[in-house]
Amino acid sequence: MIPRFVLHAQHRSGWQKAAIRVGAVLLGFLISAVLIMATGKDPVVVFGTMFSGAFGSKWGFSETLVRTTPLLLCSLGIALASRMQLWNIGAEGQFYMGGLGAAFVALKFSTMPAPVLLPTMAIAGFVLGGLWCLLPGIARAYLGTSETITTLLLNYVALNWVAYLVYGPWKDPKGHNFPLSPTFSESATLPVLTGRVHIGLILALIMAGVFWWVLQNSRWGYEIRVIGESPAAAGYAGMNITRNILLVMFVSGAMAGLGGMMEVSGVLHRLQKDISPGYGYTAIIITYLAQRNPLAMILVAFLFGGLQAGAYSIQTKGVPLATAYMIQGMILFCVLGAELFTQSRLRFVWRKEVA
Amino acid sequence: MLVEMQGITKGFPGVLANDHVDFGLAAGEVHALLGENGAGKSTLMSILTGLYRPDSGRVAILGRTADFRAPRDAIRAGIGMVHQHFKLVAPFTVAENVILGLDEPRFVLNLKQVEERIRRVSQEYGLKVDPSAPVWQLSVGEQQRVEIVKLLYRGAKVLILDEPTAVLTPQEAEELFKTLRLMAARGHGIIIITHKLHEVMAVSDRCTVLRGGKLVGTVKTSESKPEDLTWMMVGRTVIQEREKAPTTPGDVRLDIADAAVQGDRGVLAVRGATLQVRGGEILGIAGVAGNGQRELCEAVAGLRPMTSGSAKVSGNCSFIPEDRLGMGLVPNLGVTDNAILRVYSGRQVTKAGFLNWKAVREFTGTLLKDFDVKTATVDTPVKLLSGGNQQKLLVGRELATDPQVIIASQPTRGLDVAATEAVHNVLLDARRRGKAILMVSEDLDELLTICDRIAVMFEGRIMGVVKAESARVAQIGLMMAGKAEAEVTPA
Repeated sequence: MIPRFVLHAQHRSGWQKAAIRVGAVLLGFLISAVLIMATGKDPVVVFGTMFSGAFGSKWGFSETLVRTTPLLLCSLGIALASRMQLWNIGAEGQFYMGGLGAAFVALKFSTMPAPVLLPTMAIAGFVLGGLWCLLPGIARAYLGTSETITTLLLNYVALNWVAYLVYGPWKDPKGHNFPLSPTFSESATLPVLTGRVHIGLILALIMAGVFWWVLQNSRWGYEIRVIGESPAAAGYAGMNITRNILLVMFVSGAMAGLGGMMEVSGVLHRLQKDISPGYGYTAIIITYLAQRNPLAMILVAFLFGGLQAGAYSIQTKGVPLATAYMIQGMILFCVLGAELFTQSRLRFVWRKEVA
Repeated sequence: MLVEMQGITKGFPGVLANDHVDFGLAAGEVHALLGENGAGKSTLMSILTGLYRPDSGRVAILGRTADFRAPRDAIRAGIGMVHQHFKLVAPFTVAENVILGLDEPRFVLNLKQVEERIRRVSQEYGLKVDPSAPVWQLSVGEQQRVEIVKLLYRGAKVLILDEPTAVLTPQEAEELFKTLRLMAARGHGIIIITHKLHEVMAVSDRCTVLRGGKLVGTVKTSESKPEDLTWMMVGRTVIQEREKAPTTPGDVRLDIADAAVQGDRGVLAVRGATLQVRGGEILGIAGVAGNGQRELCEAVAGLRPMTSGSAKVSGNCSFIPEDRLGMGLVPNLGVTDNAILRVYSGRQVTKAGFLNWKAVREFTGTLLKDFDVKTATVDTPVKLLSGGNQQKLLVGRELATDPQVIIASQPTRGLDVAATEAVHNVLLDARRRGKAILMVSEDLDELLTICDRIAVMFEGRIMGVVKAESARVAQIGLMMAGKAEAEVTPA
């Protein structure tokens, strides 16, 4: 007699799937709690501090919103590409290139009035982020190169471009040798809503809505649906798959690039070496958890924004910032594992060994 | 007898894949298993290799009843299979692939010793392989030899080869046949699954023919003619007479001139086909699967380039591909999304780049009603529809654009009687309305029932075109086996 686990295919309703995923997130927190305990801290206190740090005060809440904006934009870009079974994991690099493009415009044309300068910065960020993703898109469309690898590798190139510029040509002469560009002019700064929250949040929310509506109702959105599901059927229907790969990759990167523009223009007011604490990577988790649903993406981006904002507040308790990334990783780990159970169930059986 | 299978029955939801099939294999013989797609060959062999268990019937190996619960049991009983798609690990060497999955060695791996044994096996059977070569460096023919060596190394007495020549050049195939004969001479039993007649004639001692899950018969190859085997394979299924009103054929709407088309493997699948289809006419293409019918259809539909020749289509052209869920429909998308696949960019349902949902719903509703497609909701993924409803949706969608030319590739394959009739009636109705229809089928009776003329394809060529009303089945059978029309038509 040997015991074994057997997987059975099982149909689950939408609610059951949602419950399984929420349960996985909770399990992620539970495992994190064990790990926090192992470091000698009380997880209840740590989580409590995180929660109140993220949502418990006006300042904390506004910090959460500040982080929601770049997370949501990167996530929208990743979701668009994934609809066509393209895996853009280079949102981080595209975010940096967007910031770089916007900073170039802001520093070069600092005297232009805001109504001209801000849209120009936005276009620069949009285009540069887009091109950064179009590059792997071209290799994918014409040579079949795996975009998963190339988008990831280009992240490091983008980070180093920004580092080069802020250590070199663009370094602020009055910056005491820190890797920072000069502060942007007033007209290169996005209007503020409250605290550090800038108008980019509203724009990101609008984009999520537009994104959803366009994909649902446009001819282009229809093509993306069909190509993503069945390239053979798309070719049979006369759709241009190559052109759509290029277009989708460009727009995917452009979204992240726009996020980078908003970050430098709305939050940092300068280009610096680290403009993102890994927004582009966290956005991958958000996209997956939200199952590409834009409404869910807004909510999940908000919660992950809170997780990161809360992580800053726990440093006062002697818990390192990296705890937040550990929790993120645990959640993703559990959610990925739980996907198995959205389509099957596990049964433990005692079975006679087959001769 | 090496293998005896008696009264094997195996059903899957909706089909009886094997219906009381008897099969026997003697030591020292090459036995061909012949039949069309879906005849039940694969199921029967999956039972012999332990992949499936029969619902009823008995399998005996060397006279002893065997009850295989898993492929492992069949391997232990000395049964091995070379699949059409090889199961080799490309970065590994030949020797590493050969011992993959074996219980030996228990712990210490002596590759030198393994390689020596492989060399001995390959010399004994004339299978040239280098045991230390990595598999990715080998040609397809060599990889196949590795698969065979793998089985011999494991001491297989029964070797099953699934479509072994599909990927080989004629010279490699010749080589393979020699090996098969040699293995048979050494006392092994060989089964080859195929639907290529000349191979059956060239290499086998006996031939078992299956059709529609049933055994048609087992014959001695030396006492049979290719046309007899074709006949056994294609056979007569009962199709009801269809109302086929006489029409006067109109102008030529589809003019295929000396078309040559490449297949998926880079060799010419169509080698100079010339056909004309007139309005108000159904031209059928008969032939055993894999003789270039699919490639010809795809080329005419513009999905595959022609290497030479031309296909002129007057008016618009619709294509009903044989691969229903792979190409014609998007399985995971809803009925509505699938219904508009051909018209999504047209003015009928799109305005300024956006879908007009009201028009889309109307279009879909009309389609479902006109072609009697049954679905729970219009957003139900089409993979959840029955095969008949999927095909009615596909055929309906292709006819909704009012095409002048319709290419239908195996439009009734896998459908039940009612759905088959529905599809036939749609095609006959299009014929009445003066459309030119090109239809491919492996079912000769279907072609005889609804076509006006029948062209027979063999190895990429048109062997001849006959009138359906005066055609004799024996004559078409000979042409399907590779004889030109002139040779088979009495003067």
